[in-house]
Amino acid sequence: MALLRYESQVREPLVTGAKTYHDVTEDIVRPIEAAPSRLWKIGFTISVLLLLFGVYSVYREVVYGIGEWNLNKTIGWGWDITNFVWWVGIGHAGTLISAILLLFRQGWRTGVNRAAEAMTIFAVMCAGQFPIFHMGRVWMAFFVLPYPNSRGPLWVNFNSPLLWDVFAISTYFTVSLLFWYAGLLPDLATVRDRAKVKWRKNLYGVLSFGWTGSTKHWQRHEALSLVLAGLSTPLVLSVHTIVSFDFATSVIPGWHTTIFPPYFVAGAIFSGFAMVQTLLIITRKVLNLNDYITMEHIEVMNKVIVLTGSIVGIAYITELFISWYGQNPYEMAAFKNRYDLSTPYAWSYWLMMSCNVIAPQFFWFRKLRRNIIFTFFMSIIVNVGMWFERFVIIVTSIYRDYLPSSWSTYYTPSVWEVGFYLGTFGLFFTCFFAFAKYFPVIAIAEIKHILKKNGESYKDNMGEEEKATVEHFTHEHAHH
Amino acid sequence: MAKKKFVVGCFDDEKVLFPAVKKVRKAGYKIHDVYTPFPIHGLDQAMGLRDTSLHTAGFIYGITGTTTALTFMSWVFNKDWPLNIGGKPHFPLPAFIPITFELTVLFSAVGMVLTFCYLCQLAPFVKKHHFHARATDDLFVMVLECTSRTNEADAKAFLESVGAKEINVQEAEDGWWLGRYAKDQKLYSTPSENSLA
Repeated sequence: MALLRYESQVREPLVTGAKTYHDVTEDIVRPIEAAPSRLWKIGFTISVLLLLFGVYSVYREVVYGIGEWNLNKTIGWGWDITNFVWWVGIGHAGTLISAILLLFRQGWRTGVNRAAEAMTIFAVMCAGQFPIFHMGRVWMAFFVLPYPNSRGPLWVNFNSPLLWDVFAISTYFTVSLLFWYAGLLPDLATVRDRAKVKWRKNLYGVLSFGWTGSTKHWQRHEALSLVLAGLSTPLVLSVHTIVSFDFATSVIPGWHTTIFPPYFVAGAIFSGFAMVQTLLIITRKVLNLNDYITMEHIEVMNKVIVLTGSIVGIAYITELFISWYGQNPYEMAAFKNRYDLSTPYAWSYWLMMSCNVIAPQFFWFRKLRRNIIFTFFMSIIVNVGMWFERFVIIVTSIYRDYLPSSWSTYYTPSVWEVGFYLGTFGLFFTCFFAFAKYFPVIAIAEIKHILKKNGESYKDNMGEEEKATVEHFTHEHAHH
Repeated sequence: MAKKKFVVGCFDDEKVLFPAVKKVRKAGYKIHDVYTPFPIHGLDQAMGLRDTSLHTAGFIYGITGTTTALTFMSWVFNKDWPLNIGGKPHFPLPAFIPITFELTVLFSAVGMVLTFCYLCQLAPFVKKHHFHARATDDLFVMVLECTSRTNEADAKAFLESVGAKEINVQEAEDGWWLGRYAKDQKLYSTPSENSLA
């Protein structure tokens, strides 16, 4: 096992500073035990206010109908579905980090997976609001569920990608939540066992389900995590594939393309990683976790961003090429409506292009990948770009339909449409602030697990163990 | 519930723990459990625990989800209300795949987590005996179960000789765990005459 445990010295340590197991607990649990900082209170208040504005916007929509938004007969999907796809996409990075990187045995995921998974859950919560309230008569939202009803029973249409979405998003939310919470159990127990105050002991006692750290429980926990990771990996790919089917199975030029599933999945991971960067750069600074979310973590994620950004770029160019190569006049018109600078929405197309394809190319430079301020700036740029990608796909494909007389006038969102979007930001950050205050933002047990392998002060001591033969090590440490 | 007596030894390094587990088992003591702050690969084998079958349960839940989805959708489209949707077939298998897949994953994940909680007896408001508060922080807590033939003092001395830092005797109710520790653990070797268990 010694050789299997070998961790190249070339790799940077994932935990810096001379940490013991107890230090890890201290560093990560301290913010939970301390009183919330001023910065936290301000941030939380702003989030709650945004959320309340969102609630009011949604209230207007529920009472007065979809007419509160500037949608019309031609543009039936506008900001709401754009926001839906955007939020779902953001969620995907969390699952990628927690599941796919677990299967690939990427040690660096341990520093960021907990926060990224939380981000996934909150992002999916935000995403879900849009299709639900876009239904208009939201009190009938439960009609999408296939339950025996008094209308026949009249069942849902299992052929419809919109229904697949219902199943995909709800499954995705449930599985992400279970995966996240299962991982949290041991860490909540850590908080419980350290608690000096009674309410904290009780609260975390309830939350940690009575976790003890028994070897048998760990064994099952590991099996559970591995299988959940194995399930989440195809799940996350399926979710955005199904989201892309909402468009791809239609006959609208610009939507009706087979490239959509991989293109959407790459875009989702791209925007999700950008959001992870935005959140973690702030979190590590505010909670003083620079030893656990190191430059190495940030650089690795920037590498993912440049990779997925380039995949997205290839997809954009392929779309353009195919529209020319196919010589379908409608398809060509749809794309001319995007790139031709004389069309009303060309600005959004070129904004998308520069944010998603050109901007990430800066990350080919190591210096820039390891620059915190630049990374933070880029993470915002990428998410602006990815929002516009969905806007371009949705609005520029439908604002000029087959009948020129119904071509839409310039579509601008109403204040309540924007308010709804801002409201989901409020929801997202309210949840994230609460999470950062009351939950361990870094997986404590997982950091301890890699500490002696990837921790800075332990890496140098690996020499002796590295020299030992497998037989010697197994003889010493295990038997069958 | 009956109370049981346990000899508890705390280790502060997993490198000491592994050989200790080996020696303790060789001496014939019955390890009730080892509580660790993080998963230690190989410790379950070292303790002689059998591998978990949670994967198998997950697989069974998964195929339950697959069959549920497929049978339900075919029943709805063919038997209960054979609605004509644009002349499309009543058994459109490709169109059934997304929902079938999602339900497979959903059943498997939910089933596994519930099974996990059941097997480990984890639930909100469950209270268990914790042998050491730092078992979730930085200590590796080995707990030996005392039988009628165990000499506490000898057991404590033995734990100290294998490297335990903090040793004490605790009484706790049994029955709060749903384990198969007794069945699981294969004896490392037959206890010799000197052994104390």
